Amino acid sequence: MVRFENVGLRYGLGPEVLRDLNFAIEPRSFQFLTGPSGAGKTSLLRLLFLSLRPTRGLLTVFNHDTSTLSKDSLATLRRRIGIVFQDFRLLDHMTTYENVALPFRVMGKDEASYRNEVVELLHWVGLGDRMGALPPVLSGGEKQRAAIARAVIARPQLLLADEPTGNVDPNLGQRLLRLFIELNKSGTTVLIATHDISLMDQYDCRRLVLHEGRLHAYD
Amino acid sequence: MTDTRTDLQIDEELMTPRTMAGYMPIGDTPIVPKRSIAGRALVAVVAIMTFLASLTTGAVMLVRSSAVEWQSDVAREVTIQVRPVDGKNLDAEVERAVELARAASGVGEVRAYSKEESARLLEPWLGSGLSFEELPVPRMIVVKLPSGGVDLAPLKKALAEKVAGASLDDHRAWIDRMRTMAQTTIAGGIGLLILMLVATVLSVIFATRGAMATNRPIVEVLHFIGAKSGFIAGQFQRHFLMLGLEGGVIGGGLAMLLFGVAGIVSGWGVGTASGEQVATLFGSFALGWGGYLAIVAQIILVAVVTAIASRRTVNRTLETVE
Repeated sequence: MVRFENVGLRYGLGPEVLRDLNFAIEPRSFQFLTGPSGAGKTSLLRLLFLSLRPTRGLLTVFNHDTSTLSKDSLATLRRRIGIVFQDFRLLDHMTTYENVALPFRVMGKDEASYRNEVVELLHWVGLGDRMGALPPVLSGGEKQRAAIARAVIARPQLLLADEPTGNVDPNLGQRLLRLFIELNKSGTTVLIATHDISLMDQYDCRRLVLHEGRLHAYD
Repeated sequence: MTDTRTDLQIDEELMTPRTMAGYMPIGDTPIVPKRSIAGRALVAVVAIMTFLASLTTGAVMLVRSSAVEWQSDVAREVTIQVRPVDGKNLDAEVERAVELARAASGVGEVRAYSKEESARLLEPWLGSGLSFEELPVPRMIVVKLPSGGVDLAPLKKALAEKVAGASLDDHRAWIDRMRTMAQTTIAGGIGLLILMLVATVLSVIFATRGAMATNRPIVEVLHFIGAKSGFIAGQFQRHFLMLGLEGGVIGGGLAMLLFGVAGIVSGWGVGTASGEQVATLFGSFALGWGGYLAIVAQIILVAVVTAIASRRTVNRTLETVE
């Protein structure tokens, strides 16, 4: 699904922040990405959701060499990837329902064609009675669930989450992990970037550890 | 891994469908928020700059049409001066000059000033109550040229040959000075208008960029969820086109209203001395269709500039995101 071959990344003329990355993410797999602050987790995530291109090496996503794709092709490919940000990135002027439905609007779909799907997913993540609420009045956990719902509504093949439990209490963190596990069981490949060792200890899966720009995989 | 059944119990709240208490979500909120402080500020900037630019355009067009009117008024009239010549009957010479003028092609009304009228012309310099019998006061004949651009050489020649003491003044020197003054005024006005339009466009561009800065998170979110650059730019372009149009219509509309009211008010002064003076200098204050069309064109220009500036800002933002 995703393959890194001797991938390196630098910003401008600065030093390489990621070096000699060689690893693959297999379909339907579940993994944690961890490492100390400044190790390059965010840069690696940006490579994964095609917001950056490697400065060297080969990165293939869904069997496409990302260095050869046009911007529009990257955007189309990005629709197969769901992203959950640590700071949620919900649009404050839109309701929870509208935020979650946004990927469909971007695809140009008619609202009637996706309404039931969005409503169903919002029920599934426990936001059935918060559909008309604006993000500023949602709690941290509700915002996080809305962000996850937005990331998975278009049934992405790959789900990336950046510190999804960073802003919630341990109990909710555990529940969110359950949600990711359920999504993985339904066929979605999941990668969670986290510092939270206790979260990783709750689920036995592959760990990708970044240290000083290099990646070590522990299967 | 923990017991699934326990997890499901924990997740009861998370996974249990709830009823929606009659609420049906409607997903028609614009992706770019309609009302924001930055958006309102942009409308205000666009309105003010369009108003000023429209006033400048209107003023330049008024001055231009007045200058052209002065010029053509003067150009549509020539004067024949008949000086008294010893041994010649001045009235007969005047009569002959009038006949020659009437016979010339392209000439409209020909009116000879009577002795009294000629004397009245000198009153400002010589005072009233004087007897002009003894003075060799020349007589004036005003010749109207309805179409302008008449070749006066034959008339000039005929007058010189057949009327003693006659000379034709086609106001050439005066027209040349008037033309120079009018052209200078128009050129100055156009220069001012260009400066005003450049200032308007630049202010609108900077105000748009400012308003766009607050929308950066929206651009980023749309980008991350797979929106193509054209879709994102289109959303903002549409939104900012409407903001630009709103500001433009307010500013341009106020300017049009002002010119309309000024036209009506100047119309009230017709017949009074000050009203006539103002009308002579500035015309009727009526902007005409051309002026109103120019203001409408400015409104459209400002709106288009706003939209293009937003599109360019989106593209620049996307370049920094990618």
